[in-house]
Amino acid sequence: MTVETSTVEATALTELPGGRAFLKPHRIILLAIAVIAIFCMAWFMRWDWIPDYAGRLAQGGGVTLLMLFSTCILGFLFAVPLGLVQVTGPWPLKMLARTFCTIIRGTPLLLQLWLLYYGLGSLFPQFPAIRDSFLWPYLREAWPYGVAALTISFAAYEGEVMRGAFAGVPAGELEAARAYGMSRWKVFRRIWLPRAVHRALPTLNGETVLQLKSTPLVATITVVDAYAVISKIRQTTYLTYEPLLFLALIYLCLTAILVVAFRTLENKIPTRGA
Amino acid sequence: MTDRAEAIAVENLHKRFGPLEVLKGVSLTAREGDVIAIIGGSGSGKSTFLRCINMLELPSAGSVTIHGEEIAMKKDGHGGLVPADRKQVQRIRSRLGMVFQNFNLWQHMTILQNVIEAPVHVLGIAKAEAIERAETILRRVGLFEKRDAYPAFLSGGQQQRAAIARALAVQPHVMLFDEPTSALDPELVGEVLTVIGDLAKEKRTMILVTHEMKFARNVANHIVFLANGVIEEQGPPEEIFGAPKSERLKKFISSIH
Repeated sequence: MTVETSTVEATALTELPGGRAFLKPHRIILLAIAVIAIFCMAWFMRWDWIPDYAGRLAQGGGVTLLMLFSTCILGFLFAVPLGLVQVTGPWPLKMLARTFCTIIRGTPLLLQLWLLYYGLGSLFPQFPAIRDSFLWPYLREAWPYGVAALTISFAAYEGEVMRGAFAGVPAGELEAARAYGMSRWKVFRRIWLPRAVHRALPTLNGETVLQLKSTPLVATITVVDAYAVISKIRQTTYLTYEPLLFLALIYLCLTAILVVAFRTLENKIPTRGA
Repeated sequence: MTDRAEAIAVENLHKRFGPLEVLKGVSLTAREGDVIAIIGGSGSGKSTFLRCINMLELPSAGSVTIHGEEIAMKKDGHGGLVPADRKQVQRIRSRLGMVFQNFNLWQHMTILQNVIEAPVHVLGIAKAEAIERAETILRRVGLFEKRDAYPAFLSGGQQQRAAIARALAVQPHVMLFDEPTSALDPELVGEVLTVIGDLAKEKRTMILVTHEMKFARNVANHIVFLANGVIEEQGPPEEIFGAPKSERLKKFISSIH
């Protein structure tokens, strides 16, 4: 019996063919087309604006990354209890979590964002207590609403993912943990959570990439992320395609980094190919 | 059985699943060094009985005493019992090495990590010391080379031997085996039975639920035949297998030969 050490079939991004394999005819043609396309883009299109906006682009990219990481981490922290109570919780909590997930997953993120920013955000100033509180300098800004909306959305989707992951950990492994004298909390921390997270990693990878591509929505509430910077560039330079292509490149690179990072995490614990 | 200290004393254990009474008052005493094999047909309640000893299954009535310490129980309001002190149950469990039918190794840990998990995180032994001990144990069960492999990459027999190593690592007062070979391919049963047989020779206190009659006869010093939730007959293996008294046991023994 041969033991397969492979993980889940990797995507093209992490499993590029080896040097020899590039020499196959169809690959040569595709490579040629790609080289020509890149050459045409570089030669016939205008890229001279990039140095002028480099600083702002970097800042915008930073905001995009900050939005992505803060909302993914915060969202995941909420997702764990959301998933857990749906598997083990008393029914009122279970219902509450399920309702939350259903409502958030059932409505567009843009709508949630606008309800928070234009709805809640415009209600706050009417209360002097809030205006006088230490939170006011932040609540006057747009980004807290962006972070809140993206966090809530991520939490709801990942809450469902974690519910499945928690439920999918074999009961026998949890029983073994109890049989060896672990407290409930220890069973959760040492066995249940790590097992569930590991099971959920491939899904979390995809969801994080989706989250990255949801971040441009915050530009609609005046947060200046990479997308907002590019829009600004389009308005001031009257260029249509170049900034958009550049934006596509930024998101592609970020996605590639995310995918590789998650793959590395997944490969830390090899799973046996089915 | 003589004056060796009592390792486990179970008294009048009842277990009900809804209207179904699986155990109808079972009492059993295991003294230090005893190897007790529980046999019986499927549905006779033998696994349930074993799982009641470490409270994985909560008995409906009766008491369990381990090393002279009775597990304190209280009524749960639905006619059953729950442990009165969860900490006590955890402490007692931590010194009962349980081996399951389906191994139940933790799949996200290597074999070595599986073996040191309870010593380090439950018993509070220093990691270096736990690793040293674990490696000795793994050598014993013939899995030292596999210490850094994940359970999914091992055969069933190897996984069960790893599970036995995990049980040995807590230096158990009593080892509980719940049909340790029932999930194994026939050709892998031998290697696991050899390991268990070696442990029995060391005079470790063990209670094992098994279908391997020949094995039970060879390693156990006391056989318990469970039928319909009561102990139908018990005694030394020669008597149980050589001169069964009750009709059920005669039938059971002839059915497996």
